[in-house]
Amino acid sequence: MSAVLKAPLVVEFPFTRSLGPVQSAFLTGLRERVILGVRTGDGRTLVPPVEYDPVTAEELHDLVEVAPTGTVTTWAWNAAPRRGQPLTTPFAWVLVRLDGADTALLHALDAPGPAAVHTGMPVRVRWAGERTGAITDITCFEPCDGPRAEPAGHTGEFENPVTGIVAAARLDYTYSPGRAQTAYINALSGRRTVGERCPSCHQVYVPPRGACPTCGVATSEQVEVGPRGTVTTFCIVNIKAAHTANLGIEVPYVYAHIALDGAGLALHGRIGGIPYDEVRMGLRVEPVWTDGARYPDHYRPTGEPDADYDTYKELL
Amino acid sequence: MTSAPRDREIAVVAFAQTDHRRTSDEFSEVEMLMPVLHEVLHATGLKTADIDFTCSGSSDYLAGRAFSFTLALDGVGAWPPISESHVEMDGAWALYEAWTKLLTGDADTALVYAYGKSSPGSVRDVLTRQLDPYYVAPLWPDSVALAALQAQALIDAGDTDEPALAAIASRNRAAATGNPHAQLRGPVPQGDHLVQPLRTGDCPPIGDGAAAVILAAGDRARELCARPAWIRGIDHRIEAHGLGVRDLTDSPSTRLAAERAGAFERPVDTAELHAPFTAQEVVLRKALRLGEDVDVNPSGGALAANPVMAAGLIRIGEAAARIHRGASDRALAHATSGPCLQQNLVAVLEGEPR
Ligand SMILES: [Zn+2]
Repeated sequence: MSAVLKAPLVVEFPFTRSLGPVQSAFLTGLRERVILGVRTGDGRTLVPPVEYDPVTAEELHDLVEVAPTGTVTTWAWNAAPRRGQPLTTPFAWVLVRLDGADTALLHALDAPGPAAVHTGMPVRVRWAGERTGAITDITCFEPCDGPRAEPAGHTGEFENPVTGIVAAARLDYTYSPGRAQTAYINALSGRRTVGERCPSCHQVYVPPRGACPTCGVATSEQVEVGPRGTVTTFCIVNIKAAHTANLGIEVPYVYAHIALDGAGLALHGRIGGIPYDEVRMGLRVEPVWTDGARYPDHYRPTGEPDADYDTYKELL
Repeated sequence: MTSAPRDREIAVVAFAQTDHRRTSDEFSEVEMLMPVLHEVLHATGLKTADIDFTCSGSSDYLAGRAFSFTLALDGVGAWPPISESHVEMDGAWALYEAWTKLLTGDADTALVYAYGKSSPGSVRDVLTRQLDPYYVAPLWPDSVALAALQAQALIDAGDTDEPALAAIASRNRAAATGNPHAQLRGPVPQGDHLVQPLRTGDCPPIGDGAAAVILAAGDRARELCARPAWIRGIDHRIEAHGLGVRDLTDSPSTRLAAERAGAFERPVDTAELHAPFTAQEVVLRKALRLGEDVDVNPSGGALAANPVMAAGLIRIGEAAARIHRGASDRALAHATSGPCLQQNLVAVLEGEPR
């Protein structure tokens, strides 16, 4: 058995998130170098502020400015910063209770080493040069030897408030399709289509996933199917694909379920070589390969008589 | 409703898990899962068609495979259609859903399974995506960093110190020598600081694995298992999202869940705690009032094997398996989710008197 295939897989997503009034005021404040908390019904000040009291679930809206100086409530030394973290040089993760606040904010502390950090140490905000209304408008905290800052009593009203953020994320994986699909993909590179037969119900699954969904047992016996097959059902696509891989395909075109000869279920494919309005259930088709491709570009009519409905009705 | 009414007793009747390993890239998720599904079915003599309800726990973010739970369903024989549900959480929460389903009387048997393949990605980075997307996730604080903040808070409070944490690591991994499925067994060096104060030895291994249990109600459970592990209560509770709002040295959600599950009514002899980081065991022992006479993590716990999304269900399975084989009469199982023990589930399991 050949080795299992592997390939890099990057998942990136820039979620656009809207802000409620309290989050909007807090993040807009950061842009303007103002730090806001929210006052709860029992008189505590939460920083960072939230829109609902975490204890009583009461809606909160009473904004209050706190100082850009505060006290470390706990910390952890991060000798090997990872991608996306606030600093690229070793730093301490800290929870900081800002002066005037009753809860702590998570951020980074720039310090020369773990010996220079302790719980209870005074710190102050280091602002980013360019600020957009995001938590990263605070570059980090830094040790603060001087006097504590006083908040100016900001109301939380700003011009051009920030109303949303883009939460960008990127995760890197090494994708492996597993044993069964590796065999399928390897066979395709030799222009063969290989499925797996269930040892219990004898259905042949294409592409194989290593298990029979009816019997819940492992499949392993490889069976070559096709190359010819029968259109079991189809649709006419009238919307031009935005995806670059399909840009060259003119609409309307036909997308079909095709039961390859010997297969126990139908797979998907585009039908070409015939006017779109002449495609029909039972049409006999064969794959068309293009040079260097790892899967059929499309399927075209073989010229055989149509298959009897009874021969494919179970595969619809 | 948090305690099972006496007229509808529900038990764990079978448990199976994979050997947890650093990588399993020769297998797809369903290929990894299927042997444990077969094992629990075989143990009870049930066939897939005999299962009234199926519920699973997993997360697509681990392996970067969209809708992977629908593909994993191939392993349970999902055609013709079955009664099925999924939670994007640890399988312990899938078990909770199955337990409530059985309580309603709509089902007499349930198959619960969970799996996680952490090896394709970087689980420390992946778990940052469950954090507050406005204030926290943009800073990418990884799971070890957040656990380290909790550990330092405990050290500052005088609740533990680095040698005590090392002893917790060592005790769990020594216990795991009796667990053939564990990924880390026996002496493991404490190693360097990963994020100080946590050393590599304070952190769980990263690995792939799966687990499955079968639940059954009343006499059905007695037919399927010589000594069913009766679930006397389960409850789960959650704390504030913001880490700076919480007292990281305590776990009020665990304490409340344990109280509602009946854990404090009588002593337990065994506790399987889902504490991926050594310092979290300190928090949980305190919240659950576990004395030195309780056998904590005889399996080695999550420090010996931590297949994310399955490790909590495995705690319930390990506790139940001890009751099945007569090594325990009353056991507590705990599962956690989220950073620094944010969400906690407690189940109390009992065997019938011998
Ligand atoms: Zn089958």
